[in-house]
Amino acid sequence: MSDTTTSEPTSEPTSGPATGTDARSRTGEDQPLVRALNVLKSFHGNEVLKGIDLDVHRGEVVCLLGPSGSGKTTFLRCINQLEEIDGGRIWVDGDLVGFRDDGGQLHHLTDKQVATQRREIGMVFQRFNLFPHMTALQNVMEAPVQVRRVGKKQARARALELLEQVGLGDKPNAYPAQLSGGQQQRVAIARALAMDPKLMLFDEPTSALDPELVGEVLRVMRELADQGMTMIVVTHEMGFARDVADHVVFMDGGVVVEQGKPKDVISNPQHERTQSFLKRMRAEDDEAAADAESLETPDA
Amino acid sequence: MTTPTTDDRPGLIEARPVRHPGRWVALAVIIVLVAMLISSFITNERWGFSKALEIMNQKPVLEGLWKGTIVGTIGSMAIGIVGGVIIAILRLSHNPVLRGVSFVYTWFFRGIPRLVLLAMIGSGVGFLYANLDFGIPFGKQLASLMGLSSDFTFFTLDVNQFSSSLLAGIIGLGLSEAAYMAEIARAGILSVDKGQNEAAAALGMNRGQSMRRIVLPQAMRVIVPPTGNETIAMVKDTSLLSAIPIITELFYQTRAIGTRTLQIMPSFVAVTAWYLLVGSVLMVGQYFLERRFGRGFGTGAPNKRFARPAGAGGA
Repeated sequence: MSDTTTSEPTSEPTSGPATGTDARSRTGEDQPLVRALNVLKSFHGNEVLKGIDLDVHRGEVVCLLGPSGSGKTTFLRCINQLEEIDGGRIWVDGDLVGFRDDGGQLHHLTDKQVATQRREIGMVFQRFNLFPHMTALQNVMEAPVQVRRVGKKQARARALELLEQVGLGDKPNAYPAQLSGGQQQRVAIARALAMDPKLMLFDEPTSALDPELVGEVLRVMRELADQGMTMIVVTHEMGFARDVADHVVFMDGGVVVEQGKPKDVISNPQHERTQSFLKRMRAEDDEAAADAESLETPDA
Repeated sequence: MTTPTTDDRPGLIEARPVRHPGRWVALAVIIVLVAMLISSFITNERWGFSKALEIMNQKPVLEGLWKGTIVGTIGSMAIGIVGGVIIAILRLSHNPVLRGVSFVYTWFFRGIPRLVLLAMIGSGVGFLYANLDFGIPFGKQLASLMGLSSDFTFFTLDVNQFSSSLLAGIIGLGLSEAAYMAEIARAGILSVDKGQNEAAAALGMNRGQSMRRIVLPQAMRVIVPPTGNETIAMVKDTSLLSAIPIITELFYQTRAIGTRTLQIMPSFVAVTAWYLLVGSVLMVGQYFLERRFGRGFGTGAPNKRFARPAGAGGA
């Protein structure tokens, strides 16, 4: 039959090119779990994000690197709507984040709809933000019981399992103030996992930790990556980014400067800004290593 | 001074404490003053402690203590705390209309003296609105417009009778208290770290859940001590109930007995003793409340040094 002429309308069932992307990502098997297009954000006239594009596929670990003030934390917070974007679009699992698209006209989502979108996205904060008036176990149980309406007994069993998974099976009844920073951050990871998120966001999860506690948190994150969790990690831990990330994004001044495989970006950066940042990071690492050595060998 | 050699390694420290001669002087002065006071209690019969004790146990006084002071305090503080938290939440709401309502409420009730408010409730309201009809707003006007015999009134309250009751007084004090509690609750809510709200939001909790489960329990740590203060102040302010006038009230009754029996000073001693007793009981209760809501905050924490400055990981 004359398929070349008649196939036109059937191959493009959706109206415009703008929704075409959305529709394709809805149906396609290898659709990215997160797609950000031209994300813009400013605070009081100060442009923090100047058009970020990013695709994150299922099971991928993406590390966002860059100097402080480069916008990486802001971008992460935009994904689960702790910040509202000024321009561009973000989709998570095919759903437009924060808005309803009604034939090209965007409508803000209600608080309830926003909360529903956030359930699917776990977040781990730099300062842990555990609930200090609850024990580790209660922290982990809270959202499943209150938000998902899971039975207490079931939530408790799952919470104990998760605490076991992050290596804190022996401390379910400790309050956050009784735990070290590394332990608190691991409880925070368990708390986020309790909602069975599709995506985990980590906002500098080890930056507030004493150096000797960083390893235990990174180990838990590495295990999580091995289990196939999709993760976006803002970090300064180059070793973690190099070993665990599938994709590394270097940001500076609100734009993506360079991205690609970790071995390309970290070991062989093309852009001058990436090179100077990595050089600075390496110098600091060496300094820290030197400090550690000088501590180990007492002065005579 | 010379630094000793390392051969002589120092052992455990057994140092003499710093002497505090000022404490002993203060103690001596206080002992003398207290002795003088006690001696005056014993020698000056006008104090009339035994009479005071009698007055404290009189039935109208006990009734005034129970109904006016205790029930009055509990009732008005209950209204004040619940109302205050609600007004504080309205004040912090995203809805500008509710924020305005909350502001005007606080402005009005914080601005008028309780004595005036209670006097007004006692006589003014009943004079203005002799009956309160509960029904559809503008029901009478609607009914006459539509030519109906019913006026959409479901029940009627006799304000004159109600406004001199203890309940009216409790509501009056409670409304006034809510304005103060709102400020206390607002300070408490604002004292909770912003990260707590963010963590709750990131878990998919809505604003209500986050407020009820996460923010308010932590705000309580800041809210409880000044609320204890307010409660003790309220114990004393129940004496204003006599402005309604409500006569089953502690100070009114003791003074009535004092004037009638010409035992003015013993009646003052009696009422002072009762107020001090109630206040003391409340202070004990406050201690336990503060301990309860302080849990999870610095309770035998083995390690509190998690707060390295932000971005210290090298940026």
